[in-house]
Amino acid sequence: METFDWIEVGAKAAFLVIVLLQVVPIMVWVERRGSALMQNRLGPNRCGPLGLLQSLADVVKFLWKEDPVPGHVEPFYYLLAPLVSVVPAFMTFAVIPFASSIQIGTHTVHFQVADLNVGLLYVFSIASLGVYGIIMAGWASNNKYTMLGSLRSSSQMISYELSMGLSVIGIIMTFSSLKLGDIAQQQGQLITQIGPIVLPEWLAIPRWGIFLQPLGFLIFLVSVFAETNRLPFDLPEGESELVAGYHLEYGAMKFALFMMAEYLNMTTASGLLATLYFGGWQLLPGMHTILGLVQSSLGLTGVAAEWARVLFEGASFSIKTAFFMWFFVWVRWTLPRFRYDQLMDLGWKVMLPLSLANIFITAILTFYGWV
Amino acid sequence: MNISPYFFYAFGGIAIACSLLVILKRNPVASAFSLVMVFFSFAGIYALLDAHLIATLQIFVYAGAIMVLFIFVIMLLNADVPSFDLGRTHLGIRIATGLLSVATLALFIWAFSTTQLTPPVDQFTPERIDAAGGNTQVVSELMFSEYILPFELTSVLLLAAIVGAVAIAKRKLSEGRS
Repeated sequence: METFDWIEVGAKAAFLVIVLLQVVPIMVWVERRGSALMQNRLGPNRCGPLGLLQSLADVVKFLWKEDPVPGHVEPFYYLLAPLVSVVPAFMTFAVIPFASSIQIGTHTVHFQVADLNVGLLYVFSIASLGVYGIIMAGWASNNKYTMLGSLRSSSQMISYELSMGLSVIGIIMTFSSLKLGDIAQQQGQLITQIGPIVLPEWLAIPRWGIFLQPLGFLIFLVSVFAETNRLPFDLPEGESELVAGYHLEYGAMKFALFMMAEYLNMTTASGLLATLYFGGWQLLPGMHTILGLVQSSLGLTGVAAEWARVLFEGASFSIKTAFFMWFFVWVRWTLPRFRYDQLMDLGWKVMLPLSLANIFITAILTFYGWV
Repeated sequence: MNISPYFFYAFGGIAIACSLLVILKRNPVASAFSLVMVFFSFAGIYALLDAHLIATLQIFVYAGAIMVLFIFVIMLLNADVPSFDLGRTHLGIRIATGLLSVATLALFIWAFSTTQLTPPVDQFTPERIDAAGGNTQVVSELMFSEYILPFELTSVLLLAAIVGAVAIAKRKLSEGRS
């Protein structure tokens, strides 16, 4: 590797980590204000404008709180568990492209930390590691409630990982690539015909995953909620039954790390939903026109115009991701929690058969060349 | 700048240390966590060898699925009792175990020092694999053309195992009822 490559990879990784770290407090704020909005109250509104600095105040509090380690825990694994949940949450975003590429000198820079050949498999393998943080925390805390929480989470995650992995196989079949860069790239095309019917030009819709794999999208969406332990699937923490679930014995910054991991997982899941099913960095309808207007009115040409395009692509990706993150909050404050047997029934008796059927249908459609 | 050897030694070292922890830890859950680390460092070594697919599958299947199930079962059974007590094993068994381990180590050292490392068959050099579209493409093409029969047979084997597991579970259930 040359120096340029090292700088490029380092810069992209640093950029992503910094952005993701900023996303967490903002999401906490959105969650609080959003829940307040839905419950007809104000939410945090004293620190800074609209309570925006509340998260900052919380961080200061987390950092300065006394941070005891209870006497009955397994110290090594107890301290390791928060790290084990946070690190995979950061790692997954490495393969998600947040804009297309740009030419700098002789180099083509892709706005993606690593365009791995095994992209999607990498996402799932890292996502499957996230459960260890929860298991480790529950077990090392040496408490029956945490233990129950971690048992619940591990069985829940295994059950929904299956349907999550299987639902994406449809996407892999239609775009015949595991590379997330390729998948996002291919979604820039248009669907010109549905089966034997050729669509008129004005009806052509973008070739986004949601239009090709509507069922797969639904299954993936539900599974992702279960995988990130968000309501209505937050049984591992179910405060009314398990006090606080797997992070019961944690306080101060260690507790904050678990919260961070949850919000980071949400961000990654939203990014993944946007990339796989909503065209990733492909511009939203109408943004092409705005981009053209901006470029012509500012008189941008050459490199400057290219950078404007990259900015717009980044914005498009961010809007899509932000929508899904809002969706997570929206669902959390709308739906009640599942009962445990309902959760398992949904996973094994509904989601799994549906995702298998989705693969089957996609295979037939692909065989006849309809998708 | 080639940094691979350092990473190899780092991952290899972690793998050996954690393998030792797997057998030395008294608590089965802690052993299982160490085993996860072993799988993880193996994946690191595979990735260094440009075998990205195998590395990912190693994490996905072993660390992500099988070990979660292992830990789940251990926790569910609450198997806190150590499986053996070193102080109470027979002296003969201890000596035999020691001798066997030394013999295995000697065998490995002999095998690795006498065999010549052959570079990959020229069809499968890293450059050619990259040109053919990467690991995943090459492996899947081979799997669904040349090795389709073994591949499908493996899935039948797995199916048989699943059916067997369900049959055993169901038999216990019906016995419990009667």
